[in-house]
Amino acid sequence: MFYREAGDFKTSYPDDSQTFPIRFDRLGYYAVLLLGFVVLPFVLNDYWTNAVFIPFLIYAIAALGLNILVGYCGQLSLGTGGFMAVGAYACYKLTTAFPDINIVFHILGAGIITAGVGLLFGLPSLRIKGFYLAVATLAAQFFLVWLFNRVPWFYNYSASGQISMPERTVFGIAVTGAQVAPWAGYMVCLVFVVVLAWMARNLTRGATGRKWMAIRDMDIAAEIIGVNPLRAKLTAFAVSSFYVGIAGALFFSVYLGAVEVGEAFGIEKSFAVLFMIIIGGLGSIFGSFAGAAFMVVLPVLIKLVLVDSWGWPTDLAAHIRLMIVGALIIIFLIAEPHGMAQLWRVTKDKLRLWPFPH
Amino acid sequence: MVLPDQVLYAMEAALNGLLSGVMYALVALGFVLIFKASGVFNYAQGVMALFAALTLVGIQQGQVPFADVINLIPGVEVHGFGWTVPALLAIVLTGLVMIGMALIIEALILKHLVNQPPIILFMATIGLAYFLEGLGDTMWGADIKTMDVGLPQGMSGTIDTVTNAWFGYGFYVDQLNIVATVVAAVLVALLMLFSQYSKQGRALRAVADDHQAALSVGISLRFIWVLVWSIAGFVALVAGIMWGARSGVQFSLSLIALKALPVLMLGGFTSIPGAIVGGLIIGVGEQLFEFWVGPLVGGATENWFAYVLALVFLVFRPQGLFGEKIIERV
Repeated sequence: MFYREAGDFKTSYPDDSQTFPIRFDRLGYYAVLLLGFVVLPFVLNDYWTNAVFIPFLIYAIAALGLNILVGYCGQLSLGTGGFMAVGAYACYKLTTAFPDINIVFHILGAGIITAGVGLLFGLPSLRIKGFYLAVATLAAQFFLVWLFNRVPWFYNYSASGQISMPERTVFGIAVTGAQVAPWAGYMVCLVFVVVLAWMARNLTRGATGRKWMAIRDMDIAAEIIGVNPLRAKLTAFAVSSFYVGIAGALFFSVYLGAVEVGEAFGIEKSFAVLFMIIIGGLGSIFGSFAGAAFMVVLPVLIKLVLVDSWGWPTDLAAHIRLMIVGALIIIFLIAEPHGMAQLWRVTKDKLRLWPFPH
Repeated sequence: MVLPDQVLYAMEAALNGLLSGVMYALVALGFVLIFKASGVFNYAQGVMALFAALTLVGIQQGQVPFADVINLIPGVEVHGFGWTVPALLAIVLTGLVMIGMALIIEALILKHLVNQPPIILFMATIGLAYFLEGLGDTMWGADIKTMDVGLPQGMSGTIDTVTNAWFGYGFYVDQLNIVATVVAAVLVALLMLFSQYSKQGRALRAVADDHQAALSVGISLRFIWVLVWSIAGFVALVAGIMWGARSGVQFSLSLIALKALPVLMLGGFTSIPGAIVGGLIIGVGEQLFEFWVGPLVGGATENWFAYVLALVFLVFRPQGLFGEKIIERV
């Protein structure tokens, strides 16, 4: 009825190639933005911001980054946790070394540093492929975590071996540290998410993204038709690490505030982000958001039901939670291997014909 | 014979490295078996070892499965059956549980994921790993348990005496590691005999070679999958017993899977001898690196050394030591 392109005439090329060609989609997108920027900051309380919204936004950035690497360029990586740690520590070192510069630049700087590190660990991808590469990226994961644990320079020789974020402000409003209003941290993450998602969308539909996808579909064939595999793979690693690094910096500075590297950025983090993009949908921007939302909300929901309303002991609930998460992942893979993005696509196709499918 | 102290210490470290390399190889073996037969990169192998060890201890001590859940029912309070089961019987029972698990995995997961890309299968095994981890803890409780199936522990007296007579310095070698080496040797020999001389073994090799060709000569893929997951479950049980006896049955046991991955990379995903040789190289390399370089950089290098070694190695030989040559066509 409402959801179709009929009657929505395009009179220029930019109109024709826009991200949301259907008016209903476009309006929905603006409505979500409006909700995120104008409504939510005023209604969010402390619990919902810290338990759901901030982690969701940060994981969405990490998932976007990993999706660029795995979903668009086809290079399987299990080093996400390690790269997030690079982002966090780079942000910490930058902000303690140059306290007068705005934190936003430190977070961007952390992303750039992580991109450099990602580039370095991406080099073997030119020789190693598939699962061998996945295991090779584990080298990055373990080495980086060990490095930040053992070299005191990275944590400024603090006695506990932890890094903790000093208070920093944006436009005079505290966004990190102990005295943060829930909406302030949320807004910082939201701005980063919107800008980065916009960037990812436009990168992946342009020449760069097409090269990545050619490499993903078959790298030898892509090489023959003139895609430079060195450049395509390394840009994918760099861009992906940039996103992951920013996610790590935000995770540390805005969300946690104090970090012990093995605990916050261990191998589980790598797997968690990988789950997000698989459940959400490989090679899809929407999928990154859907997967992040799913994996953030699910544990909160399970805890709400099992512990808070049924009164089960916390440790038993934690074990059951593991079982449920594992089972759900398997069920999802069996029912829809292309993830939630595919479900969404199918729904949209049905909607276009509704209510007259024949 | 008199050698400098440093050389002796290094030799001791290398010997211990060799023996713990065998332990890594035990886990890697399970990976290789499944990867060869079904092309599935089974991340859950480590958790399977943990689950097997938990089940073994649980059966042996006569624990009631799901006691924590049953106790949730008001007025019910169970802790144990009040008997203990002999070690050997418990091992057999656990073996049966692992076979049952293979059947369930095939029927509920693998059957539905035929023809999916490898990454999906890999993710499914990660899901399986989470599920088994939760299941093991829910069934038997999350407390640290000690494994006691009568394996010798502590310093080996013979090796101490012999090396003392040769070099004037007794090497410290754990008896358990020697037992593990013997067990691993027997296990590999059995697997070799099975795959070379039995009908099922031949079918297994045929499937590993070419799925479709195997199907066309009448080999049941589903049976082979159940078989190979059962064998992998059995290997996991052996690995679980060895590692459990060495460091207690607890969550960290499942992390041995992460130790086995670089072994696999080094040896190649498809080669059983590769798993053994890779395990030995990593075991020795790790110990020697920690011995010489560890003190200079703050120690605990064994967390990442194996991976970096495998990574450097792979850059020169992308299919691993014994892996099949990767031929790519457009």
